[in-house]
Amino acid sequence: MKKEWPLWEVFIRGQHGLNHRHVGSLHAPDAEMAIKNARDVYTRRKEGVSIWVVPSAQITASDPGAKDALFEPSMDKIYRHPSFYDIPDEVGKM
Amino acid sequence: MASATDLIANDIQFEWLLRRGDTALVLGHRVSEWCGHSPVLEEDIALANVALDLIGQARMWLSLAGEIEGQGRGENELAYLRDAWDFRNFLLAEQPNGDFGQTLMRQFLIDAYQVPMLEALKGSKDERIAAIAAKAGKEVAYHLDRSADLVIRLGDGTAESHRRMQQALDALWSYTGEMFVSDAVDTAMADAGLAPDPASLKAAWQETVDAVLDQATLTAPEDEFAHTGGLTGRHSEHLGHLLAEMQFLQRAYPGATW
Repeated sequence: MKKEWPLWEVFIRGQHGLNHRHVGSLHAPDAEMAIKNARDVYTRRKEGVSIWVVPSAQITASDPGAKDALFEPSMDKIYRHPSFYDIPDEVGKM
Repeated sequence: MASATDLIANDIQFEWLLRRGDTALVLGHRVSEWCGHSPVLEEDIALANVALDLIGQARMWLSLAGEIEGQGRGENELAYLRDAWDFRNFLLAEQPNGDFGQTLMRQFLIDAYQVPMLEALKGSKDERIAAIAAKAGKEVAYHLDRSADLVIRLGDGTAESHRRMQQALDALWSYTGEMFVSDAVDTAMADAGLAPDPASLKAAWQETVDAVLDQATLTAPEDEFAHTGGLTGRHSEHLGHLLAEMQFLQRAYPGATW
């Protein structure tokens, strides 16, 4: 039997943040305890107003070795940035 | 401003405030003894957070106590320059940490009391007491959430964790009765509308404890015997040892600051 508790990735939405951001990881026996532990480990200094936890094992990561093939081709395609257009104020935050 | 000073004698209020402040201080110090020694890192930080909450609550209660006493003593003098017989904490708070299970059980039994106590104090006629209760109440609600959860998990866990939690409950049970004993101080505070009669908190405490112990598959001892004495300064041997460590710096180096 594996004695170590599973690892969880912790995401916190800050006071004024719009989205949850990855802040770190921790060990916990289940999701409920992971939330409690995340509260105690990662929100001691008023860092957040909402917590998500995800089992680390559930995260599928891109292959670091494939970095060039995955990301290099977009480097010279600046026209994909919407910086050539005037965005009306009514659109709001994009 | 409706100040308690207008309603009842200062020495009664002082005595009552020491009960709140000393219980928070002594329990907070006990919990802080786990810092760096907890079974897992996450629990270590969680316990340190609880300890800091309690010490923060002690500061508020003892500052107010010193103010009402009017002898020039502040939170520091009350915390560090009194001997055991001047402390007014519940005996339960000073009981040794034992194993992790005993620490959690002690925490749970006190948290289950603090929640209804602070809830009632939010309606105190003294707005300073009500303000402390409002702040501390949020902290303690989380403490109870956490301690109750862990008591259930460990009570209803492995055979070993169940055995340890039952042992902790058996060891601590006789110290719970003291929390609901009303004396002249409590009656005067209740009559003035400053604080609830401790006996009135028993039902809410019992309900929480019964529900949690039931889920935790633990059985409270039948014995109704209750150790008392904490509120009159007759403490168990453990408090002196705790104070020796907690007060060492101020005793050896009076007035030291950093």
